[in-house]
Amino acid sequence: MHTFTKNIYERIKKGLKKTHDKITKNIGKILPTSTDWEENLEQIEEALIESDLGVDLSMNVLEKLRSQLNLLKEINNDDVFNKMGNILKKHLLNSSRELKEKDSLVVVIFIGINGTGKTTTLAKTALNLLNSNKKVMLAACDTFRAAAIEQISLWGEKLNVNVIKGNYGSDAASIAFDAIDSAKAKNMDYLLIDTAGRLHNSKELMEELKKIIRICNNKIPVDNLEKLFILDGTTGQNGFHQAKAFSESVGINGIVVTKLDGTAKGGIVIAIEDQLQIPVKYIGVGEEMEDLIPFNPDYFIDAMLK
Amino acid sequence: MFDSISERFQGIFKDIRGMGKITDKNIQEPLREVRKALLEADVNYKVVKKFMASVKEKSLGEKVLTSITPGQKIVKIIYDEMVSLMDQEKGEIDIKSGFSSLMLVGLQGSGKTTTAGKLSSYFKKNDLSTMLVAADTKRLAARQQLKTIADQVGSDFFTIEDEVNPVLIINAAKETAQKKGIRRLIVDTAGRLHVENELMEELASIQKNLIPDEVLFVADATTGQDAVNICKEFNSFLTLSGIILTKMDGDARGGAAMSIAYTTGKTIKFVGIGEKLGDFEPFYPDRMASRILGMGDIVGLVEKAQSTFDEKTAIKMEEKFRKNEFDLNDFLQSLRQIKKMGPLEGLLKMIPGAANMGKLSIDEKEILHVEALMSSMTMEERMKPDVIDSSRKKRISHGAGRSVQELNSLLKRFLMMKKMMKNMGKFGKKFKMPAFPG
Repeated sequence: MHTFTKNIYERIKKGLKKTHDKITKNIGKILPTSTDWEENLEQIEEALIESDLGVDLSMNVLEKLRSQLNLLKEINNDDVFNKMGNILKKHLLNSSRELKEKDSLVVVIFIGINGTGKTTTLAKTALNLLNSNKKVMLAACDTFRAAAIEQISLWGEKLNVNVIKGNYGSDAASIAFDAIDSAKAKNMDYLLIDTAGRLHNSKELMEELKKIIRICNNKIPVDNLEKLFILDGTTGQNGFHQAKAFSESVGINGIVVTKLDGTAKGGIVIAIEDQLQIPVKYIGVGEEMEDLIPFNPDYFIDAMLK
Repeated sequence: MFDSISERFQGIFKDIRGMGKITDKNIQEPLREVRKALLEADVNYKVVKKFMASVKEKSLGEKVLTSITPGQKIVKIIYDEMVSLMDQEKGEIDIKSGFSSLMLVGLQGSGKTTTAGKLSSYFKKNDLSTMLVAADTKRLAARQQLKTIADQVGSDFFTIEDEVNPVLIINAAKETAQKKGIRRLIVDTAGRLHVENELMEELASIQKNLIPDEVLFVADATTGQDAVNICKEFNSFLTLSGIILTKMDGDARGGAAMSIAYTTGKTIKFVGIGEKLGDFEPFYPDRMASRILGMGDIVGLVEKAQSTFDEKTAIKMEEKFRKNEFDLNDFLQSLRQIKKMGPLEGLLKMIPGAANMGKLSIDEKEILHVEALMSSMTMEERMKPDVIDSSRKKRISHGAGRSVQELNSLLKRFLMMKKMMKNMGKFGKKFKMPAFPG
């Protein structure tokens, strides 16, 4: 394996160690001794549901596993892991997971409910882009939360990039407007827009977000706008409803799943791709700046199971 | 999500209620559905398992089988089980003693800093002075955030800029607070993952040093299956005294609350229900259970109305209704009071059966527009809407940034409402709140 990719793999594996431990422990514990398959499958079901895969998808995976294992004469642990890995991989998308790259300015807007890690993810994304020699500017469009503007300004200082900002309580869309003008004038490759956290069932706040998106679409080609939905990795089934609601009101190009290192979960990633057909582009597996890594389905599933 | 789960429960219950004789066999299917619905509400797998076993055992018990309406009984069993599961022993937050300190802990982004502000505002309401202590030395601008919130609440604030050791900040804060005679010290800590031993040890050392009266775990209501493990881990490093559940104004409900309460035996003391500092209320297991089960929360609704509407205004308003002196000024006032009660969609959900009425949505914007129109009227115009002629109409709608048609429809609806009140006034004086336009 190439050193760089190997590095990423190690990081994912480290981050998902808990998930992995749990699933393998559950399966490993029961397989060699018990001959009652239904009992074994129930424990696998428990492991899957406890990974936040959701009831329907867990049942679906379990059914497939059951019928595949029934065809075998003898079953060993490896068979179960391999088959389950393959089944899970089929529920992930085949589409591109790259951040948009264009000749003209690309605007990346970070959206999601409160406390999922939008600002931190934005800073990490900025660092990744700077490391690949891109010119980056930031826009502080969260004018609601106390000290949100200070937070992103401090990141701007740390990363040594410009931050376009306004006053608290001011219109977020108009800051986005100015920021795009400024980023264009300074020939930036990327403008990263931070937005206020909002619950997807708040009509008023979703309208505000739509307005910001409209401004972006008026000022740059539609295809130059990357709408990244930030999802907290510890979220349960409500994660779908969030992703679905944001997707229905403003459209989402990609998902970033944060805080995947601390949790014994990860199943939500598969469930969301499976049901909403929106690619996960990055996952956050640690607090370090380098811990925002591209999502690779094969590595992800392997790290989960092996 | 909450709605869809409530709807599903309503459907299941309808089936169960209709059942004549309950047997071990025909109870399987509806109970399987209940199980699935609970899992989809993010109740932990193991908790669901135990919960369902106990529901099933009770459902097949003798008393249920001999009951005339066994189905009804089972619905009650499910509700009661859920309530008792979340109903840990009461441990109210102390609002009496002289000095006490509280610390807030939890994962990143669960809402600790906002909750610190809400707690402080809660104490203020009970006439207790507070000091908010910023001991989150990790996240950028976290101290600034708490300071801004402290200013909003009107609370004292303490931190030491550039100090990286939270224990030193907290020690100095405690000393200052006691010197100043402040009665509640609220410590905000940095968010951390339960698997980071070093950071968890840091929390433990803060607790050892401060010896707080309350160590509150702030949990996000949208948390999935892992909620149980996260809370358990925190509880193993610290001695948690209770839980505060945040983001309850979202549409994810129940699951995390039920699992955490069940596995750790800790009391859920408060819930956060909005972005404003006052959007904070005590946790009631029975209301929570009826909300999960789609039974509405009429008690909560009435309480909310009572706490928002002041009685004097209500009596004055009622008087005006009866005499048919209700004008646009009063209308504007009551509109603003209703708005204070929080998002209207949240209020609607508290009405029993609302889950079954399909997708209810109220355009909060329209209410804003109505308010804007009334705000750009003069006092006289609001008192005697008759004086509003076409040139006044132009001025008003222009000032509010709305169309003349919208103003016309507002005036028309107001007249209709007055007429209706006049008729109602003849029959009695039972009503207290004006009907809503639109």
